[in-house]
Amino acid sequence: MATFRPHADLPPPATSSGALGWVRQNLFDSPVNGAMTLLALYLLYLAVPPLVDWALIKADWSGSRSEDCSKAGACWVFIGVRLNQFLYGFYPVAEQWRVNLTIALLVAFVLPLFIKRFVLKQWLGAALLVVYPIVAYHLLVGGSFGLVHVETSKWGGLFLTLVIAVVGMVAALPLGILLALGRRAENMPVLKALCVAFIELWRGVPLITVLFMSSVMLPFFLPEDMSFDKLLRALIGVALFESAYMAEVVRGGLQGIPKGQYEAADALGLGYWRATVLVILPQALKLVIPGIVNTFIALFKDTSLVLIIGLFDLLGSIQAANSDTNWLGFSIEGYVFAACVYWVFCFGMSRYSQWLEAKLHTGHKR
Amino acid sequence: MAHTTDSDSLPSRPPPWNDPRIRAIVFQVLVTAGVVAVGVYLVRNLLHNLEVRGISTGFDFLANRAGFAVNQSLVEFDESSSYGRTFVVGLLNTVLVSALGIVLATILGFVIGVARLSRNWLVSTLAATYIEIFRNIPLLLQILFWYFAVFLNLPPPAEALSIGDSVFLTLRGLYLPRPVAESGFGWTVFAFAATVAGAAFLVRWARRRQENTGQIFPAFLASTALLVVVPLAAFLLTGRPLAWVDPQLEGFNFTGGLSVIPELGALLVALAIYTAAFIAETVRAGILSVSHGQTEAASALGLRRSWTLRLVIIPQAMRVTIPPLTSQYLNLTKNSSLATAIGYPDLVSLFAGTTLNQTGQAVEVMAMTMAVYLTISLVISLFMNWYNARMALVER
Repeated sequence: MATFRPHADLPPPATSSGALGWVRQNLFDSPVNGAMTLLALYLLYLAVPPLVDWALIKADWSGSRSEDCSKAGACWVFIGVRLNQFLYGFYPVAEQWRVNLTIALLVAFVLPLFIKRFVLKQWLGAALLVVYPIVAYHLLVGGSFGLVHVETSKWGGLFLTLVIAVVGMVAALPLGILLALGRRAENMPVLKALCVAFIELWRGVPLITVLFMSSVMLPFFLPEDMSFDKLLRALIGVALFESAYMAEVVRGGLQGIPKGQYEAADALGLGYWRATVLVILPQALKLVIPGIVNTFIALFKDTSLVLIIGLFDLLGSIQAANSDTNWLGFSIEGYVFAACVYWVFCFGMSRYSQWLEAKLHTGHKR
Repeated sequence: MAHTTDSDSLPSRPPPWNDPRIRAIVFQVLVTAGVVAVGVYLVRNLLHNLEVRGISTGFDFLANRAGFAVNQSLVEFDESSSYGRTFVVGLLNTVLVSALGIVLATILGFVIGVARLSRNWLVSTLAATYIEIFRNIPLLLQILFWYFAVFLNLPPPAEALSIGDSVFLTLRGLYLPRPVAESGFGWTVFAFAATVAGAAFLVRWARRRQENTGQIFPAFLASTALLVVVPLAAFLLTGRPLAWVDPQLEGFNFTGGLSVIPELGALLVALAIYTAAFIAETVRAGILSVSHGQTEAASALGLRRSWTLRLVIIPQAMRVTIPPLTSQYLNLTKNSSLATAIGYPDLVSLFAGTTLNQTGQAVEVMAMTMAVYLTISLVISLFMNWYNARMALVER
């Protein structure tokens, strides 16, 4: 008896599945799209091979003098020779372990906060905010515990960029929260007006004028004999400037909290501060984490402006190295190096904020 | 009395130190006193310091002779001009670079924002790469790169890159032919102005007709065509009354023609490329904010794809896009102050830089500079509030 023998399954048509199908669907599904794909490919052909050629294939990697570079491609020797200066500025080489230790300590303090099952987070966070700054200050500035004093004018490079960014972030967030709370204080019109004026004043002017103010004008407003460290002045300027932006971000979060939360906190008999700290802020800050991280990214990029008032941060030290007469004509390499460093930090932060947003966005996902 | 019984039934007032209203007043008085005290302290220090250093306060210095030259000025300026004039020159240069930057960044940003949403994988990936690269690199770095690594590495005037014999690109800047109007060119200008007025009427008429009858008149295409055809016809009929003066190499540089200084070029390119990355994201968010149901509803009504875009999606996307777009424009204007790093004579570089250093009038100069930026910001945020109120969804 003849039994039914099904044919073996046919493979899916090659033009609508697999690599070819993907290409058809995503690159050539209409004449216009096809033309755009070809145009894009042509542009890539124009841009990418010369770039790879310059940056990798024809580049010079080893040597110690500018004569070691053939000029056919990038001269990474320039970066290699100056790397120490780009990372630490003029911080004495023998003392650079202090910078490394400070950064390692920061990582050691911060990393456990990201581990979900770590239980002592509150204590660690408190230590980070109270103990760490004191330790870091003594380590970096020195002059005590047998450490050599290193003047802040010798600080520079990526290290200085990180100092400004971290101090700016740590100072701007609490200040911004206070300003946002002040701006929302409807029963205190005078305080509200002061906060609004402060926020709008800083947000209305470019950071560069704020830095000019802090470097040129601050001495006028202080007693004659009181002289401020240049770095400290820039730090104050950056922190105040960014706190205004932070305040607006936090205000957005506060506005997103339904009135019922305030009323529930009142009904529990919580006073203003306890209601704010225990009920309102945890929810409000969670809402605006992406905004906060965006402000941090902006702050990180803005730190480069301190080169205009004569501090040698990462970009400043590269700008200084570009004008070295032994190494003229390698400015592109310097800028590309700086761009890569800044990019890695900013892109990392933005990816982290997107991840966090996705993780916290538990409400109405489809 | 009724009054007493009422207050008897109310809960007793808390003691004054627990009364929120009294607390609020006390707290505000303390804060105000603190702010005033700090302010008085700072101003007293300021006055004392100015006296010690022998700096006179006031705005009299604005009338003094500046005695330095500026490499780009939209109004007449030479060494005999006053410090007040440097303020005007700087302000106009800031306005120039901001306006040009806004136009360029908007065009580039819209193109990239739309490309980011393209169904074409390669195009959308390229757009995403552009956005991620340029918005994560500090603007100052980009400005320095364009100025020091690109514009100053161009060939010297003798070996200028040229298009034809009229456009030259050198490390001294970009040189373009300068149009010179001859007699009769006024007719072309007049024809253009008349067509603009006519087009405005046409658009209003088309909108009214559409509201009354539902018929759509291609007003945009028609008015664009008119704007090109009518002035062109006037120009040709009057015998092409426009001459072009080409830049000529004389000695070490070009003369004649229009010149764009490299500082302006570098600043403009960097500002446009950087801001375009942010504008692209804004545009993308705006288009994505219009829910898919709107597109489907439009198709169900039988609207063509182009009409869906123009009548349904863009008007709704604009509501979401315009507020952040305006704040990007504001950012661009404020960021143009980075000109000071490459010496483009904008307000901060020229007035808060050179003028401040020469006169020493730090307080007055900084106050004027900040006042300009504050005014711009406040005007734009007032406009935004007005626009938001007008565009807000009117619901039941």
